[in-house]
Amino acid sequence: MSNMPKVVVAMSGGVDSSVAAALLVEQGYSVTGMMLRLWSEDGCEDANRCCTPDAMAQARKMAGQLGIPFYVIDAKQTFRQTVVQAFLDGYTAGVTPNPCITCNRQVRWGLLWERAKALGAEYMATGHYARLERAEDGQVSLLRALDKHKDQSYVLSGLSREQLAHSMFPLGGYTKPEVRELAQRFNLSAAERPDSQDLCFLAGQDYRDFLRRHAPETHRPGLIRSVQGEVLGEHQGLANYTIGQRKGLGVTASRPLYVIQKKAVTNELIVGYEEDLGSRCFMAGPMNWIAAKPLLEPMELQVKIRYKAPLAEAVLFPPEQEGEPARVETRHPLRDITPGQLAVFYQDERVLGSGLILST
Amino acid sequence: MNERKYFDYAATTPLDERVFKAMQPYWTEIFGNPSSVHSFGQQADHALEEARRSVARLLNARPDEIVFTSGGSESDNLALRGTALARREQTGANHLLISPVEHHAVSHTARQLADQSGFELEFVPVDEFGRVSARDVAERLRPTTAVVSVVYANNEIGTINPIAEIGAVCREMGVPLHTDAVQGAAHLPMDVERDKVDLLSMGAHKFYGPKGVGVLYIRRGTPVLPVQTGGSQEHNLRAGTQNLPLIAGLAEAFRIAQEESEENARKYRPMRDRLIGRVLEEIPDARLTGHAVERLPNHASFVFKGVDGNALLMLLDGKGYACSSGSACRVGNPKPSEILLATGLSEEWALGSLRITLGRDTTPEDVDALADDLPDLVAAARSFSSQ
Repeated sequence: MSNMPKVVVAMSGGVDSSVAAALLVEQGYSVTGMMLRLWSEDGCEDANRCCTPDAMAQARKMAGQLGIPFYVIDAKQTFRQTVVQAFLDGYTAGVTPNPCITCNRQVRWGLLWERAKALGAEYMATGHYARLERAEDGQVSLLRALDKHKDQSYVLSGLSREQLAHSMFPLGGYTKPEVRELAQRFNLSAAERPDSQDLCFLAGQDYRDFLRRHAPETHRPGLIRSVQGEVLGEHQGLANYTIGQRKGLGVTASRPLYVIQKKAVTNELIVGYEEDLGSRCFMAGPMNWIAAKPLLEPMELQVKIRYKAPLAEAVLFPPEQEGEPARVETRHPLRDITPGQLAVFYQDERVLGSGLILST
Repeated sequence: MNERKYFDYAATTPLDERVFKAMQPYWTEIFGNPSSVHSFGQQADHALEEARRSVARLLNARPDEIVFTSGGSESDNLALRGTALARREQTGANHLLISPVEHHAVSHTARQLADQSGFELEFVPVDEFGRVSARDVAERLRPTTAVVSVVYANNEIGTINPIAEIGAVCREMGVPLHTDAVQGAAHLPMDVERDKVDLLSMGAHKFYGPKGVGVLYIRRGTPVLPVQTGGSQEHNLRAGTQNLPLIAGLAEAFRIAQEESEENARKYRPMRDRLIGRVLEEIPDARLTGHAVERLPNHASFVFKGVDGNALLMLLDGKGYACSSGSACRVGNPKPSEILLATGLSEEWALGSLRITLGRDTTPEDVDALADDLPDLVAAARSFSSQ
């Protein structure tokens, strides 16, 4: 019997989570694998990209090879009620939500962790590329991965300090090529799933068709107006457009037009020229502050306004009161500040916190 | 990992050492093909027929009524499909009568016969314990019934059916009765004459025999079309060279199971009843599924209201207890068991099923330890947020 703490690894059947599990086994932890069964629409129950029968068979095989117990956890209802609902609500409110963030916070670090705890686990590990630093006083800091191309700290920045305290990211100190080598060394022939921006529950369908079926109000036609207020045409539902989009507006003008803003209240799409794009200021909240150092005065830092965006220099102003949104001023204008996406604040390697970008 | 305790003997059993020994000569030593003319073949054939005679004697049947198969599921398939098709060919019989608490090997075969071969499939009702009555069968029997199938003892809820009574009404009507005795044969004295059955299925690994081998008893004169065609093995009913080591193992395992069934039952019943008593007393919103008395001696099964059975199994496994659930599903997509729904349970109850089956290595201390831990684990499973 091992006296090492029990760790539950969230497994996907892919290389990353398999190597994460193998590393923990090698380090002597008492490891258990778990995989979530997530929701997708009736008729394509097996098509959720995160838990296809193939992926499950693969994860089971990896667990068998590592000699660890493995359980599939049914999270269909919770996933539907939290992640999918937030996705629908977001688009209905005219913003562009990031379901993976919700899923991590509510499903992986919610339901899955609850099950892990019930099994006696002290930690939950995933194959994410990010690092945790544990100070002597027990404070945990979330750091970017060593492999800057793979860094996934963005999608983890919605986790609370408490959630991070019982997390482990065994891959954070490795580069992707190193992880592939480790997979070879451990003799894990895990499949590499191509990185995909598609949402798992869409099962390969277009998100707009999904929205049309589940939130028809997102496809209510409305007016297209110029920044100056002039009516230029009609749009086919705000959900069809993203900030900064140029193509497919269906409006002719002497110069290219871009989506500047989506006004949910009036169901209007605001378009303008390139010079109208971009802003240096936005509000983010509620803040999920992870750093030990509290945000008491304006802080110079870097902000990332979507998963694949580069870091941008900015100043973050503390909210007047706790729980209220904070103001962000970037040094240079950013073109695609998209309400509903997460703004994540960094100071060099360290993730300080995050907040949802609010509609202006 | 805690010390592991196995409570899933209805799923499968470890091989008995005596069975293991009985199989040994047939891997490398006596390896001939029983169908061959030469002495190697004759040696193998002799062993094969010895096994057949032994199984026949224990079932109170004749050796030419014993067909060796790859297991319980194959036996069920051959019994249903083979008899249904043969009876229709001979008499035009087109009606299938089965219980709603059959193993999938029976119910899915019957469903396929209905969907693809045009049979009319009818279900005989069961009571709240999952029990079939002979009267209900008699009321539904027709001259055009091709075959009736009623499970001897149910795998999920342990209920034993009055097979002899059902056999009598079927015999009177001249309709063949098949019984899936995969669970029953492991614990109850079998007698095909007493029970008046025409077809009986069993599989060796439920009674400490090897996996991958089973028997179909076919009463002489019962029409059966082969499902697997080819050579003339097994009275032309199941083509393919016989798997002698497994068959020898089955024969020895069945001998031991039958000879020791009463002794084992005397050992299991008090443990089973103590477990049932404690669970019902100590866990709120718990119910026994299946019949309290007419049930397999080693079998305890429950439902807990508002519990995800799969989550409970995981928690039990985490404590080292290997149990099972009627709606067992390892891909995390739980559906309530058809068998539990057939006994009238609502989905809210049926999803929280747990089956605990005892075996040779189970001790009263193990059972008490499990009963000690179970209330907390059920409470933990209940506390899980939405399922």
